[in-house]
This record gives sequence, structure tokens and C-alpha cells, in this order.
Amino acid sequence: MGYFEGFRITFKEMFKPRVTTSYPEELRPKPERAHGRHVLNRHEDGMEKCIGCELCAGVCPARCIYVRGADNPTDAPISPGERYGFVYEINYLRCIHCDLCVEACPTEAITESKLFEFSFTNRADAIYTKRELLVGDDGRPQRLPWELWSDDDEANTSAWVRATASSGRADYEGRVGWSAELGYGIRAPEVGQAGEDAVATADDRHGHGDDVGHGHGGGH
Amino acid sequence: MGDPLQGGDPIFIGGIDFGVVALVVLKVLIGFTFVMVGVIFMIWFERKLIADMQNRIGPNRAGKWGLLQTLADGIKLIFKEDLMPNKADRLVFRLAPYLTVAPAFLTFTIVPIGGLFGTGENGTIEVFGYRTFVQVADPPIGVLFLLAMSSVAVYGVMLAGWSSGSKYPLLGSVRASAQMVSYEAALGLSVVAVVLLTGSLSTHDIVSAQSGGFADWNIWRTGVVPFLVFCIAATAELNRPPFDLVEAEQELVGGFHTEYSSMRFGMFYLAEFMNTITMSAIIVTLFLGGPDGPSLFGPDIIWPTIWFMGKLFIFLFTFVWLRATLPRFRYDQLMDLGWKRLIPLSLAWLLVIGAIRIADDEGWNVALVIGISLASCVVGALALVGASRAGRIRRRAEEALR
Repeated sequence: MGYFEGFRITFKEMFKPRVTTSYPEELRPKPERAHGRHVLNRHEDGMEKCIGCELCAGVCPARCIYVRGADNPTDAPISPGERYGFVYEINYLRCIHCDLCVEACPTEAITESKLFEFSFTNRADAIYTKRELLVGDDGRPQRLPWELWSDDDEANTSAWVRATASSGRADYEGRVGWSAELGYGIRAPEVGQAGEDAVATADDRHGHGDDVGHGHGGGH
Repeated sequence: MGDPLQGGDPIFIGGIDFGVVALVVLKVLIGFTFVMVGVIFMIWFERKLIADMQNRIGPNRAGKWGLLQTLADGIKLIFKEDLMPNKADRLVFRLAPYLTVAPAFLTFTIVPIGGLFGTGENGTIEVFGYRTFVQVADPPIGVLFLLAMSSVAVYGVMLAGWSSGSKYPLLGSVRASAQMVSYEAALGLSVVAVVLLTGSLSTHDIVSAQSGGFADWNIWRTGVVPFLVFCIAATAELNRPPFDLVEAEQELVGGFHTEYSSMRFGMFYLAEFMNTITMSAIIVTLFLGGPDGPSLFGPDIIWPTIWFMGKLFIFLFTFVWLRATLPRFRYDQLMDLGWKRLIPLSLAWLLVIGAIRIADDEGWNVALVIGISLASCVVGALALVGASRAGRIRRRAEEALR
């Protein structure tokens, strides 16, 4: 009975499980490489990583980043280098989350979390300044009141980019370089990425054993 | 009106006093509430059921399980801006929504929704000392009224499209009127079979005549075919899928109500679902014995209404099921089905039923009569097939010449 086959199917579908999730109550885990809101990282001693080089602003295809560098005050330096990011602004009305800024950054000062659930009611709120972007003393991104953070949003922040960027280390150029300076845990290398080398890289850089995964940063 | 057995609500027997008027007004109010609540439920039910069949969740925000979704939509529609196209015929544009809503409700008034039939009460109940039918009105021309109202509904759709002064609504309403007019013939012919068996146009009498139990329902007594034809034609009359060419979104935006907004649009929406409920109720009344059914436990008086609702629900479910399953007809297929299949079929069936009826009355040999009428049906069917084939061949030849 070819005519009634369709009716059988629609009837049967009524009792099958739904594919819809009730969004705001029920959040799906985000993809591991999701690109979200940026964070400005600090070194373990609390110094800012940004050196005000403006490479991120230069590479940004949406031109949403505005950076001004300034010389570090000699008595109270803000970053380890000569200069620091005096002004750092990202306009989230323009940002396309392409992550090119993260790739360009020589000090891994700017990385991306997975957070994308944030909204604004005016333009001023959409322009994040250093005050909002900078991580806290524990290295975790700030959770601003108008942002909806899930717990894994800040984990392994932008590890994908670090996997491809040379990050200023000439001897690891072109190789997978994992680091754990932010994100509470070293990501295991993915399929096709150099296994031992990757782990060795992270260990090498931070001088840690297995416990690197649990804290951020540590022993330089 | 004098004879209590021959049509007419017994409420009018003792003359019309204030109590009678009050009771009739009360019945109208109850009927209206019933339909409105039914519409609210039906819209929710349709959306929810379709969602189920498509593995979605459906409305679930307003109220428990989204039950108040329709109410929320209604409130939203009321507060929307009421737009009127520049080229619209203002009077007709305003009139059209009412022309679709009113018949939808008026048709429902002739449907008996309760009352024990087949007993001494004959479908009446006693309210405030008055005996009355459990239906808003029982005009002696009931079925005729049904057909008249479904014709008026065509006007609503047609005028809505025409008065909008815009091309899509006009195309939609032209489709609508063509479709509704052609299927109304099949609809009418299949109802005639019921009327022929009952010998009355009153819906109350039609239900009365089916009160003998399951086997006495008109669906069996008329031989199923008129029931099927009526169901198909009713779906087409309602412009519901798979016959929803009238508002084929891909081709005509919204069809005849493209230019309508705010509560005027809401009324078309309302009328659509009201019509669905009304048509289901009419099918139940004409073919499935209306409120007929056994009383299981508790007071007898509630069971007819429960049976009626149950049967109604089956049809409402089926309408949604059809929508979830079937793709839309092509326009020529639609016309083919109407004119070349349904109308000849119901005509032939009417002929057979009429012949049996007369043979019964006159005491002729029933088998012979059935044989002769079936034979003439077959001849007619062959003639029809031959004619349409000849037409097709000629058309093809003409196309080849071009």
C-alpha cells in the first residue's frame, strides 16, 4: 500500500525522541575550537603579556581592534618588555571571530574563549576595553554580568591557534606547540598532531610534570 | 413547528416567552464559547502535533506545554498595526474577514453536540423547565443551510483577495473560488445520499435516524463511498493540505490574506480553524451518528457529548495528520480529482442509492435494480474515461501542430 506508507511514517515519528534542545535552559557543549570573546592574558606573576605591538590591529580584517602602545614606566612596569598595551579595545559589533589576531600575537597576549552568548543595548557596551578583556589575578577571564558563561568556555582557550602559531620560539617553528599559560589544562594533541613532541613542548616551556594540567602557569 | 416529531426544537412549542429567548441566547453563548475554546485548543493541538511528527518540540513557552500560545498570538495580533493597502476597496476589505468567520460559526449552530437519541427523550434535555435540543438551532433546512454557509465562506475568501488590490491575493482568491466551487458539487452530492436515506434535511433528524447503534450510522448505510467523498471534498473546502493551493506560500506569499494584518488577519486564521472544527463536526453528524454511543458509567446525559467530542477529535487529528504527511496537489491534479473523479463517483453512487430507495418503496426486485444501476454506472465510467482520453489525444495533436 504505497499510498499509506507516508502516513505510517509520520505516525511513527510522533514517538521518536526530539532533536531540539530547549536552548536557554539547556546549553549544548560547544565545539572544542569554538571562537568566542577574546581575553587579554597575563603572565604568571601578574604582568600583562601585551607589548603594544599592534600586530593584532594590523592583521584584523574587520578592523575592530584598536591598540596604542606606550613605554613601560621604569619604576612599575606593566609588561615584561619595553612597551605595553596602553589602550586595548575590541569592537564586538565588528569582530568576526576569525582568530587572526590570536595567530598574529607574538606573546600570546590575546586569545579567545568560547563565550559567544553576550549582548549589548548600546554601542559603548559593545566596545570592550582593557578593563573588560584582561584576565583576573587567577588567569581566568572575567565573567561580566551581561555574558552567559558556561564552565567550559574558558578552558583551553584558543589552543588551536597555539597549535599552529610558532609563538616566537624559533626552534619550534612549524611544529605543534602547546602551552598552558591559560586555560587550566594542557590539551592532548589531536589526531595527526605530533604527540610526544607536543607534550614535551608544554613541559619544556613550563618545567612541569603531569600536574601542569591542573594549575595555570607556574614555574618559569 | 407544531408536530414535535417532525423537526423543530420543542422549546418553541409553548410559544416564545422571555425564558425561551434567554435560553436561546444562552445556547448561542455556550456554542460560541465552545467553538472559540475549540479553536484555541485546535491551533495549539495542530502546532504541537505537527511538531511531534517532525521531531520538534513545538510551542512550549506560553503556559503549561504552550497551551496559552494561541492566546498570546491573539493578543499580539490585536496590538499590531492594522494596515490597509492603498488600492484596496475599503468597504469590502473590511467586510471580508467577517464573511469568513460568520459562516464558520453559523454552520456549527446546526450541529447536535449532545442529548440522548433513540430513547423517549429524542435528543432533548430539560433546562430550567424547558425541553430543548442540544444544538443551538435546528432549522428544517439544516443541510441546505450547511451548503449555503459554505458557499458564503467562498465569498469571504474571494472578496478578500479581490479587494486587496494586489496580485498575489487575487491569484489566491481565484484559485480559492475555483477550488471551492468545484468541490462544493462533490460535497453536496455526497450529502444528498445521506438526505435521501434520512428523508429529512434537519440535522437533528439525521442524527435521530442513526441512533440505532454502530451499524445504523450513515457511513455504513450509505456504503462508505459518500463518506470518503465528503471527507475529501471537505478537506478541499477547508483549503487544508493537501488542498492548500489557496495559500501556497511558495507561489502566492500568503494567498488571499497576504495584505491583511492585525486582527483582520487573525480572523481569517480563526475562521480557518473554526471551519476545520465545524467540518469535522458536520462529518460526525452526517456520517458517524453525531453524539450516538453507549453510556458506560455515571449519568447517561454526559455520554453523548463525550462520544461526540471523541469522534470530533479523531477527525481533527486526521486533518493534522494529512497536513503532516501529504504534499500539495498540483492545480490540474486538483481539478482532475474534483471534476473527473469525485463528482462522477458521487453522482453514480447517488444513482445507486436512489434506485435502491425507490425499489424498496415500490417493492421491485432489489438485486435486479442494483445490477442495472451498477451496469449503467460502469457504462458511464467507461464513457468518461473514453471522453477524457479522446480529449487528451486531441490536445496532444493540437500541441504537435503548434
